[in-house]
Amino acid sequence: MSFFLDSVIMFTSQVLFFGCGWLFFVRQLFKDYEVRQYVVQVVFSVTFALCCTMFELIIFEILGALSSTSRYFHWKLNLYVILLVLIFVVPFYIGYFVVSNIRLLQRQRLLFACVVWFTFMYFFWKLGDPFPILSPKHGILSIEQLISRVGVIGVTLMALLSGFGAVNCPYTYMSYFLRNVTDSDILALERRLLQTMDMIVSKKKRIAMTRRQMYQRGEDQNKQTGFWGMIKSVTSAPSSNLSLIQQEVDALEELSRQLFLETVDLQATKERIEYSKTFQGKYFNFLGYFFSIYCVWKIFMATINIVFDRVGKTDPVTRGIEITVNYLGIQFDVKFWSQHISFILVGIIIVTSIRGLLITLTKFFYAISSSKSSNVIVLVLAQIMGMYFVSSVLLMRMSMPLEYRTIVTEVLGELQFNFYHRWFDVIFLHFHNTMHCLSLSSTF
Amino acid sequence: MASLDRVKVLVLGDSGVGKSSLVHLLCQNQVLGNPSWTVGCSVDVRVHDYKEGTPDEKTYYTELWDVGGSVGSASSVKSTRAVFYNSVNGIILVHDLTNKKSSQNLYRWSLEALNKDSSPTGVIVSNGDYDREQFAESTVPLLLIGTKFDQIPENKRNDVLTRNTFLSEDFNAEEINLDCTNPRYLAAGSSNAVKLSRFFDKVIEKRYFTKDPSQLTGFTDRKRFNFKNLHYD
Repeated sequence: MSFFLDSVIMFTSQVLFFGCGWLFFVRQLFKDYEVRQYVVQVVFSVTFALCCTMFELIIFEILGALSSTSRYFHWKLNLYVILLVLIFVVPFYIGYFVVSNIRLLQRQRLLFACVVWFTFMYFFWKLGDPFPILSPKHGILSIEQLISRVGVIGVTLMALLSGFGAVNCPYTYMSYFLRNVTDSDILALERRLLQTMDMIVSKKKRIAMTRRQMYQRGEDQNKQTGFWGMIKSVTSAPSSNLSLIQQEVDALEELSRQLFLETVDLQATKERIEYSKTFQGKYFNFLGYFFSIYCVWKIFMATINIVFDRVGKTDPVTRGIEITVNYLGIQFDVKFWSQHISFILVGIIIVTSIRGLLITLTKFFYAISSSKSSNVIVLVLAQIMGMYFVSSVLLMRMSMPLEYRTIVTEVLGELQFNFYHRWFDVIFLHFHNTMHCLSLSSTF
Repeated sequence: MASLDRVKVLVLGDSGVGKSSLVHLLCQNQVLGNPSWTVGCSVDVRVHDYKEGTPDEKTYYTELWDVGGSVGSASSVKSTRAVFYNSVNGIILVHDLTNKKSSQNLYRWSLEALNKDSSPTGVIVSNGDYDREQFAESTVPLLLIGTKFDQIPENKRNDVLTRNTFLSEDFNAEEINLDCTNPRYLAAGSSNAVKLSRFFDKVIEKRYFTKDPSQLTGFTDRKRFNFKNLHYD
């Protein structure tokens, strides 16, 4: 009876998440495009719903809601379905839509999509070789194999994204890095842009006039002597003149594009300067300083972890409680508080990571999508989102006290969790350093 | 080469509808082989015979300014784009017949271009809702062009055409539906070619033959243009 009730609760919450994913898709991602392939929308919403269900199950685990057998069952079910979607459905559709865009292969779309999918599976499998995840106890198609590979990709993505965020945040929030841009700079650039456009226009007028005259003259000549007239018109001066002017026009067009992009850049900087003078801007600036300190601390910890080859054994919640109890001498009911605090902490982590990921994905989508590639890009984003959330579940294990880790460990089998943490730190550090070098070199 | 007068026409529309292909077709009578993203603005020139076939025939340069980007771009891109909207004599609005959103976005495009003249800061005054009166009193001639006509299946053509009659009523503009990869649609003597020619004639008439104050700026424009031409040629 209780199992049935729990299933109903889970199912309704899944439908709710599906609706949220659908709304997000229609309102945010695809608001400038017309949705013609409903498959894309459904796949995206399904992935989103499955990921949110996973987080919901963790929350239920901490709160102790629903009976533990039904929780275990739903965990397993959810995991199987999400792996099915991430490894079979989404890559296949990505291949299918990419192939549809290429005109040559339009005829046998299905065949080529299958070929692409098999290549993906091959590389996916090969991915597992250099990592210590294959243990002799498990067979080939076991869930641990698949999850471990997904985990590797997802953890890499997470580290990349957080490395990127760690570098980007100070630059976006803090006004220290803003160059000083005045209105007259922008006006001067705009004037140059317009002058370049005028030059292009005058040269194009020359070309158009010359071609028109050639066309009219060509007609006259064709009326006289067909063969001789053709030879004369080929060797006449205007055509070589024309190609020269055409080259100048191409160079000027390139210049105009550069000027346009520079002007856009300056306008954006000017808007940021104005924004930083507002109250909101000042608040974010302040936050930026805090965040930079946090990032520096994180880098420091990552380095120490790698150098001294250690992985944190206890989670922040228990450590925090230990510190307060031992050093500050405050006595309180450890069990009660640890549950609530870990619930709040995990909740915050989940909400901020979902929100952060969706915002980043939306920005990314606006920047690179076009009407042809929008379907492919949305599916790629769904794939990234799925892998990201699966691996954040893996890593979240470290943030929870011991008693709540059991279900994650049980369901996900005997994965080498420590390996994932080490891998995260390595990638994070590498990426962070690279990004810093690049950004610094571009500002100075 | 400064002997001919000039007219400036903007070509606006969403990203990927085919503005660059259209401009190439109109100006060079050839199909564009490798369309790519337009960054900023690309200009092309069409030599147009005003009042062709009559004794008043005169040749004009029509500059077609093809502005790239989407209607939901960042405000920095929009304010930079506004630089191109100065002293516009006509607007061609391009939409994709297979994409409903691109037709809806045309309202926002036209507001962006027309509002540039009224507000000095270049910021869009209205919140995007179009106002029919605004279009009725605006003096800039508009033309609607729907692209990718060949990609609509035969049975859906009527629906698409009826849907678009609302658009042409709202904008008080003529409408042309074509496929930018096929010059047949603009063959001389076809109704499309006649509509196009009528549009350009209207633009030139508004610019040079109506008695309103903008005529004065027109003259000073020409003087500046002549001087610049001497300078750069």
